[in-house]
Amino acid sequence: MNNYFLIIIILCYLAVLFYIAFIAEKNAKSKWVNNPYIYTLSLAVYCSAWTYYGSIGTAASSGVGFLPIYLGPAIAVPLWIIVLRKIIRISKQHKVSSIADFISLRYANNRFLGALITVLCITATVPYISLQLKAVAESFAIMTNETHGITASIFDDSTFYIALILAIFATFFGTQATDASEKHKGIVTTVAFESLLKLTFFLIIGAYVTYYLFDGTQDIYDKVSITPDFNNLVKLSGLEGGIDWGFMILLSFTAIFLLPRQFQVSVLENTREKHLKKAIWLFPLYLLLFNVFVIFIAWAGKLTLEETANPEYYALLLPLNSNHTFLALLVFLGGLSAVISMVVVSTLALSKMISNNLIIPYGFLEKFIKAKPEENAIYIKNIRRISIFTVIILAYFFYNNFSIELSLYSIGLISFVIVAQLAPSFFIGLYWNRGSSLASILGIILGFLISAYTLILPFTIEAFTGSSEFTEFGLFGISALKPYALFGIDFLSPPAHAFFWSLTANILCYLIISLAFKGHYRERNYAEMFVDSKNYSSLQDSALVWKGEAYVADIKNVLTKFLGEARTQRALQIFFRKYDIPSDTQMADARLINFSEKLLTGSIGGASAKILIAGVVKEQEISLPEVLKILEESKETIISNKALQDKSSELTLLTAKLKDANEELIVKDKQKDEFLDTVAHELKTPITGIRAASELLMDDDDEMPVEMRQTFLKNIVDDSDRLSRLINNILDFEKLSTGREQLNLKKRNIQDTLKKAIGNTQHIAAKKEIEIVNKNRFHFELPYDEDRILQVLTNLLSNSIKFCEPKKGVITLDYKLGNDCIEVFVKDNGKGIPDEDINYIFDKFYQSKNQNTIKPQGSGLGLAISKQIIEKHHGRIWVEKGSKVGTTFGFKLPFN
Amino acid sequence: MKRILIVDDEPNIVMTLEYAFKKKDFEVYIARDGGEAMQILKNNIPDVVLLDIMMPNVDGYQTLDHIKKSEALKNTKVVFLTAKNKISDIEKGLKLGADKYLTKPFSIKKIVSEILELLN
Repeated sequence: MNNYFLIIIILCYLAVLFYIAFIAEKNAKSKWVNNPYIYTLSLAVYCSAWTYYGSIGTAASSGVGFLPIYLGPAIAVPLWIIVLRKIIRISKQHKVSSIADFISLRYANNRFLGALITVLCITATVPYISLQLKAVAESFAIMTNETHGITASIFDDSTFYIALILAIFATFFGTQATDASEKHKGIVTTVAFESLLKLTFFLIIGAYVTYYLFDGTQDIYDKVSITPDFNNLVKLSGLEGGIDWGFMILLSFTAIFLLPRQFQVSVLENTREKHLKKAIWLFPLYLLLFNVFVIFIAWAGKLTLEETANPEYYALLLPLNSNHTFLALLVFLGGLSAVISMVVVSTLALSKMISNNLIIPYGFLEKFIKAKPEENAIYIKNIRRISIFTVIILAYFFYNNFSIELSLYSIGLISFVIVAQLAPSFFIGLYWNRGSSLASILGIILGFLISAYTLILPFTIEAFTGSSEFTEFGLFGISALKPYALFGIDFLSPPAHAFFWSLTANILCYLIISLAFKGHYRERNYAEMFVDSKNYSSLQDSALVWKGEAYVADIKNVLTKFLGEARTQRALQIFFRKYDIPSDTQMADARLINFSEKLLTGSIGGASAKILIAGVVKEQEISLPEVLKILEESKETIISNKALQDKSSELTLLTAKLKDANEELIVKDKQKDEFLDTVAHELKTPITGIRAASELLMDDDDEMPVEMRQTFLKNIVDDSDRLSRLINNILDFEKLSTGREQLNLKKRNIQDTLKKAIGNTQHIAAKKEIEIVNKNRFHFELPYDEDRILQVLTNLLSNSIKFCEPKKGVITLDYKLGNDCIEVFVKDNGKGIPDEDINYIFDKFYQSKNQNTIKPQGSGLGLAISKQIIEKHHGRIWVEKGSKVGTTFGFKLPFN
Repeated sequence: MKRILIVDDEPNIVMTLEYAFKKKDFEVYIARDGGEAMQILKNNIPDVVLLDIMMPNVDGYQTLDHIKKSEALKNTKVVFLTAKNKISDIEKGLKLGADKYLTKPFSIKKIVSEILELLN
């Protein structure tokens, strides 16, 4: 492929990335930018060119050895919910902007520790970045079919320009805000996009090699299994190989937390904690997909290509070998994506460390204090911009001068081992409050020196001099000091060996020194805050104990230098309102000190913030026990506050319940009132009739006709009957509804009861010449209170008789057996119940409105009483709706 | 001759009132609820309406409202005769515009004299 053509494609691709970043920055609040998928994909910045090309190389030379690098993160991921969530919370609260910031914050913003971590990260990352540049250069050379060599001038080298464009990209989208803890949506979105591309292209080439060039996985396996060194490729070499594997997994386990670029995307760019939930299964899935075809591409390359071909680029060489240039171009772009995302995120993370943990606290503070606020913002941004360029150019020179001889895989692992030195200070510090800054510093230095001796030094000596004397005989010829087999441990691969010794020494050093020397009280304060972050996050600004004298005005001056007048004013206003402090307060308290430090941390890093604030306040030494006591007290306040809150919500609940009960009582009361009203009204009606008729008869002066007199007398008798019936019903109803009435349950034959009911009503039915039919002749026994059921049946029958037309009326009694109950029906062909009444007929004193023409002599309680009787039997009574002719009442009685 | 309309859904009570007022030479109309009363009032203008309150379909309050709205019935007196005897009920009835409020059970003599007093 023509190299100008390729350069144009690269430039177009970069333009697309710029565009995506630009759009994402512009729509920073959109859900397209803030979702768990973007977050997960951005985590895949882990898969750099080392993964993309390097693991195929490893698979070709040492078989399954490439896998631990992915198993480590996959094992670590489930822990994220606990560990990473804690880290994210602390970082957000304290405006942490890098892993150096995070660790040094744990050790009370120790300036030297922050700087040390920064230097360590530079040492680990610059060669790693140069390795990425090397991958671009080599894959570029393969694509354009150039025999690669160092070009005479760097300005003829396309890699240099690509590095430069990446620097511009990282600068542009990485330094938009002075506050380094701000999110970088543009960069994260492009990284996610690139992660998607590199995976897709890698899967395409994998499928192409496996299914197009070969006949599936079985075919490749069959062919490769007859090659002579096949056994070495698929097996671990015994227990020792297993231990080696274990260490490698552990190594990458630490890397997924500690690599500056991983910390950047997983912690600092996390917008919502809940995104973690999706990431913990999606990210391992991503890694799995990335590794599906690695071994087959490696085998295919071994089978197809010449011995001299670099196995790391099999993915490019295979399609080129078959003249599928377009496919090769896709692979190239996938690799370029991996490079770009790694380089951009790494330099971004490093630049923040360099500015906030190295340059600013060690030299620029004086200058800042004198300068104007607007100038300071520009200074800070410029420091970061220059840092980005410096890192990339440094990486370029490293690549240009040293890395030609080094393989992708080995440099990657060296980088991992160096970064792993942060593990004790990081992980143990998160959960152990005794860990001290001195221990952390010494542990890291010791660990680094050992890894330098056991890995970096022999590796570079071998790479550049070609002599293996050092590794074979050890320092000064002492065999116990052989760099790859320290004290006789000779069965581990060099990275695992270095990892084992450096980390063992590091951890021991950390533990021993932490225990031997008591930390400073301030340190212990920070430690408590980290270890017990759940409790202290609610304490917020009071989580850090501080005692001394400080003036608000002085602190305000410092803040203004970095945040500007307006922002400072706003921030302080929020602070005063939050803690309910009068805004003209003169003396600052601990909360304001902590709040101000936090505000500055984002811009200039924790160490500098601490130094600046300390410059304007007079701090008093407090003893460690005093600090712990104050912390305990404020924690207790929080706890008792919480208990109070719980109590108060309990009370609220109780009040609501009381209110409900009260309302229910009121309703019941009202219902009772209404009931009594209706009872009184119903009782008064016959009494009125009796009284009026009696009065007329009494005052009669013999003018009244005899028939009239007879009618009045009959009315008096009827009304008296009505009155006594009413009184009986009311008493009955009361007895049933208050539950004083006990049922007399006995096994009875339903057929007998039906016959009795018919017998009771036969005479009134006969008067109207209404027929009562008993349809079902079967006998069936079940337990019930016969008197009460008879009452129900008599009531239903007399209702039916009342509403049936004389002579034409037919009433049918029927029953059928259900699963666990008997259903009895009383059906008539009377005038039916109007729809508007049907829902109320079982209410007490409800009498149908359209019975007014001939007022029936009911008490209005018959159906209400029937309902109570049936319900006392645990049955149900109902009237069938929607029947066109007549009325059908039914009730159910359970067998038990 | 004085004319009276008795509105009540209890036939036994109506019967006694009818007898007593006829004896005092009243012309008596009878309705079993508010609806029937309105029908009768379309063609007849009684001097007084003796009105029960709790009746099916159209109750006493609605009937009173109807009478109060009618220009033709502006001289017709309305007397409630009801079992509702709470102070609040009485106040409500009078406020709605009834001329008298009498309660059940009642003395026939008293009802007749109250009506006569009202009409004179």
